[in-house]
Amino acid sequence: MVNSKHGARECQAAGRARAIGASLLLLADSRLPAGAHAHSGGLEAAVAAARVDGMTGLEGFLRGRLATAGLTAAGLAAAACQHAAAVAGGAPPRWRELDAEAAARTPAPAQRRAARAQGRALLRVARVTWPHPLLDTLDHASAAQAAGPGVMHPVDPGECMDGPFHPVALGACAWLAGGTPPDAAVIAASAAITGPASAAVRLLGLDPLAVTGLLGGLATQVTALADKACQAMANGNWAALPAPASPGLDLLAQQHVQQEVALFES
Amino acid sequence: MSHEHTDRHQPRQPGMPAALGEPRRTLRLGVGGPVGSGKTALVAALCKALRSELALAVVTNDIYTTEDADFLRRAGVLADDRIRAVRTGCCPHTAIRDDIAANLTAAEDLEREHAPLDLLIIESGGDNLTATFSRGLVDLQIFVLDVSGGDKVPRKGGPGISQSDLLVINKTDLAGQVGADLSVMASDAAAVRRGRRVIFTSVRERPDSPEVADWVRAAVRDKAA
Repeated sequence: MVNSKHGARECQAAGRARAIGASLLLLADSRLPAGAHAHSGGLEAAVAAARVDGMTGLEGFLRGRLATAGLTAAGLAAAACQHAAAVAGGAPPRWRELDAEAAARTPAPAQRRAARAQGRALLRVARVTWPHPLLDTLDHASAAQAAGPGVMHPVDPGECMDGPFHPVALGACAWLAGGTPPDAAVIAASAAITGPASAAVRLLGLDPLAVTGLLGGLATQVTALADKACQAMANGNWAALPAPASPGLDLLAQQHVQQEVALFES
Repeated sequence: MSHEHTDRHQPRQPGMPAALGEPRRTLRLGVGGPVGSGKTALVAALCKALRSELALAVVTNDIYTTEDADFLRRAGVLADDRIRAVRTGCCPHTAIRDDIAANLTAAEDLEREHAPLDLLIIESGGDNLTATFSRGLVDLQIFVLDVSGGDKVPRKGGPGISQSDLLVINKTDLAGQVGADLSVMASDAAAVRRGRRVIFTSVRERPDSPEVADWVRAAVRDKAA
């Protein structure tokens, strides 16, 4: 049986009440072909600046990223999942408002580009994996033709509007795959650290067993943080979604795109 | 909030294609192969040979920086806005095979910005013999080897050597210096490729690569037909 050390037993208990769907597992799988493999979430820039050079540095980086970018993504994903259910039920889309909330929580232009590029790639996956008219309301290219009031438009006309922010697309996909806002939140929070962890294995040659053990050690916190994000998104007051600042990650994201040698997109 | 376990999407009918949108007119051509085999030189040769007759653009997947894109720009073979560089997160083969998202985005953008495009060349980062392009990304693929890697390489096979639509064996001018027997390479390649085309060339001696350019011309004609 699964070791209970990292809260796995509680998950098992919950699993008896409600098994996670296989479709949702696809969404959480790092092999999903949505481009995540080439994003390090600032880890490559942190390695280049010698801020992360081993397991200790990686743990600090991941804890910090989970508490900031992870919490933000979890709140947005939960809200998007809830809103997807409403839109599919006939409610008018308010994606533009949620896009503005995401943009306000993503100050670094490089992070915005990376998040929108991944959102666009995830929509591409969703169109063949979880096809639904809901996706058209999220896709700014087709939404621009529909020109409805709540559909996707650039918030800042000067910004490259490549696609929805990744957590927003992720939340909508979680609903399509049979998930709930808590599911969306935990997938988003988890993805905020598993991507950089994988990048660290590749960039620093770290022991993949040790890195997976580190992720296992953070699992309880991921779940707790997803719960926190879900409480914050209750009642649809999106302005109250978590918005922890992470100036260190913002700076790393900008440093990354200025680097001469970069192996990752972000 | 409903907590049922079922998926909410509307599954495709069996037999319905997963492909999106209208049929694409642009031929997407992958160029892959080991590090240093001459992929970028071949892409530059194809651009020079074909740019006056075909509307084309290039996506490069260098493992470091945007070196290949810079090489093509310096060589002046294409306008800057027709070359796009993709970063592959230390995994050049993943970006052309398992998770083609970034390359698809670059391809879609170039095809939209320069429509109508006849030919889009996607050059892989240098990789090993097991690398191969996904059919979801390219219509056809060229695998580039060079004789200085040794004349046993074709015998080793791998998807690129055995399944690519065209195998180019480059740097034939070096065969004597490295003791490579071209006839051995030809017979080994023929054995694993089941009749698929092999072209021996030296891009250095023939910088316009006429045989490969002819093969690409025919492929573009077939795509348009």
